[in-house]
Amino acid sequence: MRLLVSDLIHRYDDLTVLDGIDLTLAEGEILAVIGPSGCGKSTLLGIAGGIVAPTSGSIRVEGEVPDGCLNPITFIFQDFALLPWRSVEDNVALVLEHHPLSTAERRERIDGGLHRMGLWEFRKALPKQLSGGMRQRVGIARALAVRPAMLLLDEPLSALDAQTRELLMDDFLELWRREKTTALYVTHNLDEALRLADRVCVLSRRPGRIRELVTIEEPRERRQEPSAQAHLAEVRDRLWHLMKAEAQMADREIARA
Amino acid sequence: MPDSLNPTAVPVAASLGQPVRFRGGGFTVKRHPWAALAAFAVLIGLWEGASRLGLASPLFLPPPSAVAHALAGMVTDGSLWLNLKASLGRIAVGWVLGTAGGMLVGFAMGIFSTARAVGVPLVSAFFPIPKIALLPLFILWFGIGEPSKFATIGFGVFFPTVIATYSAIDSVPRNLIRMAQSFGLPWRSILRSIVLPGALPGILAGFRITASIALILVVAAEMIGAEYGIGAFVLMAGNLMQTDTLLAGVLVLSLMGLAIGTVLSQLERRLLNWR
Repeated sequence: MRLLVSDLIHRYDDLTVLDGIDLTLAEGEILAVIGPSGCGKSTLLGIAGGIVAPTSGSIRVEGEVPDGCLNPITFIFQDFALLPWRSVEDNVALVLEHHPLSTAERRERIDGGLHRMGLWEFRKALPKQLSGGMRQRVGIARALAVRPAMLLLDEPLSALDAQTRELLMDDFLELWRREKTTALYVTHNLDEALRLADRVCVLSRRPGRIRELVTIEEPRERRQEPSAQAHLAEVRDRLWHLMKAEAQMADREIARA
Repeated sequence: MPDSLNPTAVPVAASLGQPVRFRGGGFTVKRHPWAALAAFAVLIGLWEGASRLGLASPLFLPPPSAVAHALAGMVTDGSLWLNLKASLGRIAVGWVLGTAGGMLVGFAMGIFSTARAVGVPLVSAFFPIPKIALLPLFILWFGIGEPSKFATIGFGVFFPTVIATYSAIDSVPRNLIRMAQSFGLPWRSILRSIVLPGALPGILAGFRITASIALILVVAAEMIGAEYGIGAFVLMAGNLMQTDTLLAGVLVLSLMGLAIGTVLSQLERRLLNWR
């Protein structure tokens, strides 16, 4: 499934958050969106997922919805957004409850996601009994249960410690290796973008405009190898060069406000 | 081998220096399960002693033993159950009516912005009225019998329930609702699976407040016009200067409050075990 964003503008009252965003997300592509705080990254994601109405511009999707897909555009949230009163498996089951599925298929989708994310033993646990990393795995299992065509990830690792981030990045890589799901990945972490994305979209400080779209040539599966490090360091420098001035200015603007 | 690589080597500074003084004590809550019981026992002992030594007139402040004797008398002559039954019945009917109505209106105000726009000023205007002041009006409307007492309790419970319910709905994390919307859950499912359970802690906290209000109002209403009920019983004992019986009635009211609180705590423990 492809995502086409054209001339997108979004304002909150008098405050312009996004200004003239044109973006195409190809089928199976992972596009990371980076930029300073308040540049509209999460708003862009919300608009792309249909939970924020844009002021103007258009968001379209193209391509066929795969068989068994119940929610073509699916979010994975920074704060996990789990229902604290439901067990792990009931949190996953929530997103299937309004779909007319047979008991066997419902069970298969829930159990499949739990097994894949290593949560089977914890299926009866409440979210409060899980670590941050496990909670995000529940969020991923929930997203997988609807077999999405496109994932919208809103800083999914930012609330986690460094080791858990590493482990979950491996999970995402494995997921994308198997599913080839298109993904829009918002992050403020350059390393995550360099590890996971095919392209990186750098947004300017508010109002968010696309400063540059940077392609990472190295294939994802080889990015941990020593031979890839020189290229990745070069891309990292370039991205940081683009971000640094914007981040400094955004910081000053926040301090002044 | 240098000392830095030898794990058994004692650093010179440590062997010469002062031990670090522990400064982290205090400001921690410790459980003292017997302290409350001991405090009660001391208070009752002092009270009993003061009465027996003639420091307090038994007419104005009868000793705890006399209050216990009066309470035992209430149990044996059946007046305790007769009055308790009347009060509990009034509380139950009035509280259920007020709570049901309050939750219905509170939900509407929490969910529909038009209902909130209409409801908030009305609730703000009616909430501060001391509800017992309306009892004479309710007696005119519904007669001296039970309905006027139900109305007083129900009306007193209604407004705090409205406020607790719509505040509880407000406090349901919006990220959970956004999540549900992003997965395409229908409005009713969001209400049933997210808003209702998410608002439950606030609603149950409201129950605690309204249960106390119901207890206060039932006593007040029974003092104004009732043949039976703990409020009427206490008033009658006061009129007859039977202060031991009066205090026995007050003790029963205190135990009623305690019992209601315990029931609500159990309910919270059962329904909110996820917290």
